[in-house]
Amino acid sequence: MKKTLSVLLAGAMLAGALAGCGNGGNGAGSTDESNPNAFKIGGTGPLTGTSAIYGNAVKNGAELAVEEINAEGGIQFDLKIEDDEGDPEKAANCYNKLKDWGMQLSLVSVTSKPAEAISVNHYDDRIFGLTPSASSVAVTEGKDNVYQMCFIDPDQGTTAADYIADNNLGSKIAVIYKNDDVYSTGIYETFVEEAEVKGLEVVSVTTFTDATSNDFSVQLNDAKNNGADLVFLPMYYQPASLILNQAKTMNFDISFIGVDGMDGILTLENFDTSLAEGVMLLTPFNPSSDDERTQNFVQKYEEKYGETPNQFAADAYDCVYAYKQALEAAGATPDMSAEELCDLMIQEFPQMTFSGLTGTNATWDASTGRVSKTPTGVVIQDGAYVGL
Amino acid sequence: MISNLIAGLSLGSIYAIIALGYTMVYGIAKMLNFAHGDVIMVGGYMCFCATFYLGWPPAMGILLAIIVCTLLGVVIERLAYKPLRRAPALAVLITAIGVSYFLQNAALLIWTANPKTFTSVVGSGSVKIGGLQITHVTIVTILVCVIIMAVLVWFTSKTKMGTAMRAVSEDKDAAQLMGINVNTTISVTFAIGSGLAAVAGVLMLSAYPMLVPTTGSMPGIKAFTAAVFGGIGSIPGALLGGILLGIIEIFSKAYISQELSDAIVFAVLIIVLLVKPAGLLGKQIREKV
Repeated sequence: MKKTLSVLLAGAMLAGALAGCGNGGNGAGSTDESNPNAFKIGGTGPLTGTSAIYGNAVKNGAELAVEEINAEGGIQFDLKIEDDEGDPEKAANCYNKLKDWGMQLSLVSVTSKPAEAISVNHYDDRIFGLTPSASSVAVTEGKDNVYQMCFIDPDQGTTAADYIADNNLGSKIAVIYKNDDVYSTGIYETFVEEAEVKGLEVVSVTTFTDATSNDFSVQLNDAKNNGADLVFLPMYYQPASLILNQAKTMNFDISFIGVDGMDGILTLENFDTSLAEGVMLLTPFNPSSDDERTQNFVQKYEEKYGETPNQFAADAYDCVYAYKQALEAAGATPDMSAEELCDLMIQEFPQMTFSGLTGTNATWDASTGRVSKTPTGVVIQDGAYVGL
Repeated sequence: MISNLIAGLSLGSIYAIIALGYTMVYGIAKMLNFAHGDVIMVGGYMCFCATFYLGWPPAMGILLAIIVCTLLGVVIERLAYKPLRRAPALAVLITAIGVSYFLQNAALLIWTANPKTFTSVVGSGSVKIGGLQITHVTIVTILVCVIIMAVLVWFTSKTKMGTAMRAVSEDKDAAQLMGINVNTTISVTFAIGSGLAAVAGVLMLSAYPMLVPTTGSMPGIKAFTAAVFGGIGSIPGALLGGILLGIIEIFSKAYISQELSDAIVFAVLIIVLLVKPAGLLGKQIREKV
């Protein structure tokens, strides 16, 4: 009896573990198995784990773009996104898998830490990478063949400070940031620098870590006691939602402004969107914009995946279209090796001007691989983004 | 100052209610159930599913969470811990860590990693006393803590089952010779401990409404610390330890350093254990030679 039970339990655990893997595998988006006339685009992202919302958005956005492009009949793409669970070591495994598959062009990784890790492999193996959303500086630094579609973290800090100052959103700013996270600290540091230049007074700076991301009463009290009139939240939406909730229970009525990591807060299951009423955020993509291409994208995305696309989906969609534009301009063919394509892309990307969903007339800097485009400010009203 | 005290009290009351379950199981079965934090998480998901997907009233959600967690506790004990009753303590400890990961990964499969926002079961309001603001959740948590503590103390000292529990905790073999069914007693202990975990989970998520499969792990560790702080195995000690831990954490965050708050909490724990090795209210048991 005992033995049967332990065998059963062991079996259940094994099944659990295997099901986990299976899910990751099935979750990986792959269209059109082994099409010899298609460029193979690979990438890794957290399809499961705490940042799954970003990974799946990127996968869906890229898939949609690939479908559209393949349907046109010109350049063909074959897409594969592997699940890295937001973990640098797992991302390295995924990268090797993609290389075995024959990846020619890469979307690197969705989140910063895995992207930092495998961008080194991209450089060593001469595979060109264009990451939709990994925004830390180290992703592209020192690698001539890794480019970004999103803003780098420090840029976000600078832009946020400029935006607050230029639009008179507040003069006494409180900042709460996550000091065990490169994304959050990167934005915080440049924000403080630029705030000083622009004459904004930073009255309260408080921090939290993964282990202390439950209770924000101390941080909010500090902002309150120092008379802040705007709280800047350079962080992802999960802790931000707790901060908004706690501010409400404390009856602390103040404006909040976030960065692109705040994108996703409205899709949080069972989230009381009234908590986010009036929260501002800077994002390159506004799904309720009047732009025709955006409208078209949002409609198709909603039909296919049943949710409103966020900035990450739009970034990924743009990445695929940017590849299309660059490949066409360079006259590349799918029989070229990854290395040949890499050289062509390195020539092409700094020269071209790309207009996508996340910004018009975007250009890339050849020495840093960074993109230059203007973000838009949106404010949350009645549970939707409205242009500021 | 006082507003920080209240913040500490509300955080501490959450640690305390989790610590009660820890200390209960340790006090009787003499094993550290590291999966306790994850049972809390399961309780949270149960209540969330009942209220959000099925539209049940919060009271029914709590009831479902308690029932499921109680059963889960008994099943975990039967399958994972009972076969190891005669094994060294280390084997049981490692098994408990295994169960903890098993529950987290199972939750990841069932509910995915997408975070869910928990709706507070006691509303989000607060009471104003003088210039101070105390949330309903804090008041309810402290009340529930005190009630649970009182009931547990009464239960273990006055009822027949409670007496059996104390006997098992002192000496399993002697208890068995006295005609006590050790296995049933330990199962009942786990049932109670896990039922408490469900209540703790619902109250914790009412205060900090972010629900992911790892929700229980960090508070679980902190509550374990609180239980050791107050004297593991001591029921009033868990309450005291939890509240003190919360207050120390908030005060060190507010007045010393946010980066070092956890380090300070654990430094205090070390000092307390150096002075009182059994914890604040722990019993000093002399080893018989």
